[in-house]
Amino acid sequence: MKKMTYAEGIREAMRFKMREDPNVILFGEDVGKFGGCFGVSAGLWEEFGDERIRDTPISEGAIVGAAVGSAACGIKPIAEIMFIDFITVGMDQLVNQAAKMRYMFGGEINLPMVVRVPAGAGIGAAAQHSQSLEAWLTHVPGLKVVYPSNAQDAYGLLLTSIDDQNPVVFIENKVLYSMQNDVDENELKPIPLGKARIAREGTDVTIITYGRQVYDSLEAAEILAKDGISAEVIDLRTLYPLDKETIFSSVEKTHKVVLVSEECKRGAYTGEIAAMIAEERFYECDAPIKRIGALNTPIPFATDLERYVVPNARDIELAVKSLF
Amino acid sequence: MKIANEQLKEMYLTMLKIRKFEKSASELFAAGKIPGFVHLYIGEEAVATGACANLREDDYITSTHRGHGHIIAKGGDLKYMMAELFGREDGYCKGKGGSMHIADATKGILGANGIVGAGHNIAVGSGLAIQHRKTDQVCVCFFGDASTNQSTFHEALNLASIWKLPVIFVCENNGYGISVSQKRHQAIADVSVRATAYNMPGITVDGNDLFAVYEAVNEAVARARKGQGPTLIECKTYRYRGHFEGDPVVYRPEGELEAWMRKDPIPKVEKYLLENGVMTEEEMKQLNDDVDKMVEEAIEFAEKSPLPSLESALKDVYSDIVEEGRVR
Ligand SMILES: Cc1ncc(C[n+]2csc(CCOP(=O)(O)OP(=O)(O)O)c2C)c(N)n1
Ligand SMILES: [Mg+2]
Repeated sequence: MKKMTYAEGIREAMRFKMREDPNVILFGEDVGKFGGCFGVSAGLWEEFGDERIRDTPISEGAIVGAAVGSAACGIKPIAEIMFIDFITVGMDQLVNQAAKMRYMFGGEINLPMVVRVPAGAGIGAAAQHSQSLEAWLTHVPGLKVVYPSNAQDAYGLLLTSIDDQNPVVFIENKVLYSMQNDVDENELKPIPLGKARIAREGTDVTIITYGRQVYDSLEAAEILAKDGISAEVIDLRTLYPLDKETIFSSVEKTHKVVLVSEECKRGAYTGEIAAMIAEERFYECDAPIKRIGALNTPIPFATDLERYVVPNARDIELAVKSLF
Repeated sequence: MKIANEQLKEMYLTMLKIRKFEKSASELFAAGKIPGFVHLYIGEEAVATGACANLREDDYITSTHRGHGHIIAKGGDLKYMMAELFGREDGYCKGKGGSMHIADATKGILGANGIVGAGHNIAVGSGLAIQHRKTDQVCVCFFGDASTNQSTFHEALNLASIWKLPVIFVCENNGYGISVSQKRHQAIADVSVRATAYNMPGITVDGNDLFAVYEAVNEAVARARKGQGPTLIECKTYRYRGHFEGDPVVYRPEGELEAWMRKDPIPKVEKYLLENGVMTEEEMKQLNDDVDKMVEEAIEFAEKSPLPSLESALKDVYSDIVEEGRVR
């Protein structure tokens, strides 16, 4: 075991791939000597130089577009969008180009590109720098969406994402960047997309979550355990493809489901998963499916307001208890 | 160009307000009293001041992530600004916006903006409204050099030009977009050349020279008020602080900051005021003390202002709908 931060997990996966394959390049705003707004690519420019680690102008359309075009021509680009909020500016390239090209072109094209995007609230960055937009992204056929919660997974999932022949949006939670986890060095290897992880085993209720809320859910599970409720926590790791199998077998065991994410609840991806469970495992559920999200507001600036809007362990605990 | 003494004093006051407000903001951020992101304007004061001195209260501005200077120059109240930086109930946005999102509709301040390049087209919309109402108002659109690489910049200039909108595009070319120098983000030395592509006047001025900025914007505002369309004005300047507070600033060539600091816009103005008998040294000292006090009062106001109530997080998402909160 060794300690690694989430940011290091991402960085080391990029480094590994860049050493292995000269076709892997990284570009984005201030990703070079500056090391990226959150320092994720710190040190890579020193090793790989201007050719492979490129600072771009502030042109998100061009950043995603350049990823699409270079991937279509056989390069393996990693494009960093500084905050997921700015993906809006590059959305046409992502939604109408990247996601559709293979399909429109009759399968004649590979797009081995990764778009890395820091997401989420928690640092007082207010409404335009704190969003969780995974529902938009998972909605678009043609995109894969990955959302790791810890260093080990970030490393393994990024390795796989870089090699994937489809556009992958790799969502990184900015609060987790500096969080250290134990990683098993022998297990620092590719993790297949679409495989969830049971973060905690339990028998009474299934908490389905990902990203930062994995920690809140584990915290809630710990409290619930003291009250005699055994909660299973599933860390999805990949939002699309979605690991239905792991979800369903847990539901079949516990018969109760709580879904947790940091998106504002209205239209959140958790709703899609809830609907899927209702459609396909309705009779397995012996209580309503509960969803927890952020409140349906933009993310406010003031620290207390932000904490109020974003869900926490207490909200999860209360939701679970409401089922018993 | 002759500027009345009263207005000169007013402009000097504005520059001092910006400088001192920013200095305090920097210290308060370091002390952990201001959360989130803070982008300071220190060194660039002449641009906002010279530009806004040509504006009336009913004119508009759009601003950027580096917006404190624009807001102060357009008449923003230091107390409400500071309270907003603190995330308090009495702040401009009731604590929900913070440094990057301050707006004051009563003063035509259409908002600082956290999205680089988002102000350009908002300014176009403001110009459209003015044209539609047939008033002689104008809108000044402030933006950085690096934002001119967003498609929005080009779309906005094109539209403003074909519709002859009363918009003055004021580029604050401080030589950087975060860590990327202008040389590395665009292949032109002067942003103003881009005006050619949209058939509008484009001019580059010394952005550390209050009077150069004032004059260029004065002319552009006059044209805009007469319905003669937009202008692109590039002001070459420099930010003393890092991109945001906390930036370790690893990207500046040695000596660059010092060279610019020797061209500080404020002493230049002080020299002019003295030499032309506009103010005495004592009067300037007094004004400095007054502004120190204003900033002190703003901080006190902010510190005394209550934290926003949790339910306030739910308010103002819509005019007529309030969503549910939560019980914890
Ligand atoms: C759409 C978008 N992309 C990127 C950013 C991150 N960002 C904030 S300010 C900035 C640099 C802006 O440079 P410039 O326009 O020259 O203004 P300056 O900061 O120099 O005043 C960047 C990249 C953002 N806020 N919005
Ligand atoms: Mg700049």
